[in-house]
Amino acid sequence: MSVVAEDRETGGPPGPGQVLLGLRGISKHFGPVRALNHVDLDVPEGQITALVGDNGAGKSTLIKTISGIWAPTNGEITWDGAPVQIRTPKEADQLGIATVYQDLALCDNLDIVQNMFLGHELLSHRLLNETGMELAAKKTLADLSVTTVQSVRQLVGSLSGGQRQSVAVARAVMRDARLVIMDEPTAALGVSQTAQVLDLIKTIGSQGISVIVISHNLNDVFEVADRLAVLYLGRLVSSGPIGDYDRQRAVELITTGTSGSDPAVGHGPTVTGD
Amino acid sequence: MALDENQSGPGGGRSPDSDIPGTATVEDEVDTQVSSSPDAADATDSLGGYIRLIGKRVRSGESGVLPVLGGLILLVIIFQIQDTVFLSAGNLVNLLVQGSVFVLLGMAEIWVLVLGEIDLSVGYVAGIGGTVTAILSTTHGLPWYVAVAGGMVATGLIGALWGVLVIRLRLPSFVVTLAGLLGMEGVLLYLVNANGTGGTIRITSSVLLDIANGNMSNIAGWIVMILTVAGFGAITVLRDRHRRVNGLVAPPLPITAVKVAVMAAAGVVLVLVCNTDRGVLVPVQGVPWVVLVVLGFLALWSFLLGRTRFGRYLYAIGNNAEAARRAGISLGWNKLWAFTLTGLTSGVAGVVYASRLGSISNNIDGGTLVLYAVASAVIGGASLFGGRGKMVYALLGGLVIATIYNGMGLLGLAASYQYMVTALVLLAAVTIDSLARRGTTST
Repeated sequence: MSVVAEDRETGGPPGPGQVLLGLRGISKHFGPVRALNHVDLDVPEGQITALVGDNGAGKSTLIKTISGIWAPTNGEITWDGAPVQIRTPKEADQLGIATVYQDLALCDNLDIVQNMFLGHELLSHRLLNETGMELAAKKTLADLSVTTVQSVRQLVGSLSGGQRQSVAVARAVMRDARLVIMDEPTAALGVSQTAQVLDLIKTIGSQGISVIVISHNLNDVFEVADRLAVLYLGRLVSSGPIGDYDRQRAVELITTGTSGSDPAVGHGPTVTGD
Repeated sequence: MALDENQSGPGGGRSPDSDIPGTATVEDEVDTQVSSSPDAADATDSLGGYIRLIGKRVRSGESGVLPVLGGLILLVIIFQIQDTVFLSAGNLVNLLVQGSVFVLLGMAEIWVLVLGEIDLSVGYVAGIGGTVTAILSTTHGLPWYVAVAGGMVATGLIGALWGVLVIRLRLPSFVVTLAGLLGMEGVLLYLVNANGTGGTIRITSSVLLDIANGNMSNIAGWIVMILTVAGFGAITVLRDRHRRVNGLVAPPLPITAVKVAVMAAAGVVLVLVCNTDRGVLVPVQGVPWVVLVVLGFLALWSFLLGRTRFGRYLYAIGNNAEAARRAGISLGWNKLWAFTLTGLTSGVAGVVYASRLGSISNNIDGGTLVLYAVASAVIGGASLFGGRGKMVYALLGGLVIATIYNGMGLLGLAASYQYMVTALVLLAAVTIDSLARRGTTST
């Protein structure tokens, strides 16, 4: 059972932003395997929530549930305070949830503009509106302060890892996403490119878009996140503003599911991070 | 598949942004022949910058159609040195007509190659297109357009059948269409033999015969050429202006002017050659109608592949099907249409084939035809692994093959040499392509 679930006052958003996405008692069973067990989590508007946990803790299952790939076995999801069903990726998309998977899902043989609009191309007279798409893509990249690409007509196959990540994120943001979920965005990147992507995440957050970022790298987490949520063996063992945690405590939570100084964290009054 | 690509991207130890190979739109990608390939860094709006950009692109292995164009010119020079008849009007027109079947079959193959699939049955499917047309026209006396439509519907449906088998049963297209190659040879034999005309069905409709054997009047040839070049020029100039008005980079005007001028020159030479009297006993002159058929399909299919969502989705599916699926693209429908278009285009090739021979017989060599079809597409620059290919590649590749076929025949060399030389050219094309691309993109 969840350690902190009972502490949560429902409806009391932890910070200035309203709760955008709320998870209540979400469980996901694969046959006898309980990948998620009564997870309660609030994702406030315009904040960056880092989702951490060891391998097999249920991080991927949780984001797949949110992004409509797997329906939860039990539990309720709220969006802007109202209960919603997210049964397919399309329904998630319609709500404004965009997921950037680890493999980024880019086509190397298409250029940046073509990738950003893939599946949602602008048309004029039933033909591809290349000019309109290029202008919109340029604007989005400029808004996100992505300045490292030479040309938006460059093939994605010729981009660096950080640039590819930027394109994938820009694609998500461009379609008016309100929540962007990123799965290990920095896992395969070098130092400077990691910094690039972290800046990008901060920029998204500053534009009022909520972010859930999965990461193994606590340095990254403490650099960008406003809030932390720790999964351990399918349970959400702790969540709250990042200021409530230090590195050691986070590691303890990730590896053991508890920490020595484990008060009832994550509830209303702890707004230090904001 | 998706994972592989991702890993080779960021993991490939790419150098920082300053030294990225292959900036800007590559000839290869989705732009059609008609489109220009604009912009890398903003500096390329100037003429010098643009030329430097092209040089950079060629060096980084994204040279588009330049190698195959060079190869074609080289072949023409070699054959002309060997036998001065090669560049005579009569032989060049003959070459164009021979090549039209390869070009059409190559364009048929491009539809599925872009998806990363293959269709080995196009040769016999073309035969069936010709046979159905011949039966409807000659045996049943239907008007030529009904006969051609019937042939194209039949071959389109055959292509759709392969598509359904590949998509629904998830069979490899190689195996499905290999079975198709065998099965369609059987169907072809059955249809021709059942017609009861001794293994051959003659084409009697004068319109059908004229497709490959008839010529436009001299004046019509000039008008068609001028309209084509003017249309191409107008579209290019208007598009570039539209881009500049919106603050986007477009190729400098001199480049566009050169392109249009080259195309106009090629058009003038083509029409001049075709309008020269090449008859032996009676005067024969004019552009063959089949040139118009090939150019028409080239324009139509390039447009469909390069300017519509459907075409864009084929490229996406061919490169990263999982990414396309997650982007909400229906893999099934798009693949089905691609296979259908392959069948349909093969049918057109079959009609041209039957028209050229004046008949369709049960000993058509569909096996060789399909190899020429795939070779046309690949020599032109299409990838067998999907995601890369344009219709114009089939035109250039088909012309290369027709040149070898025609030139070797002119030199009186046996078929054995023709096959061996074609094989070498195919290997050379793929090798150049592969060497040039090594390490430039992660596909």
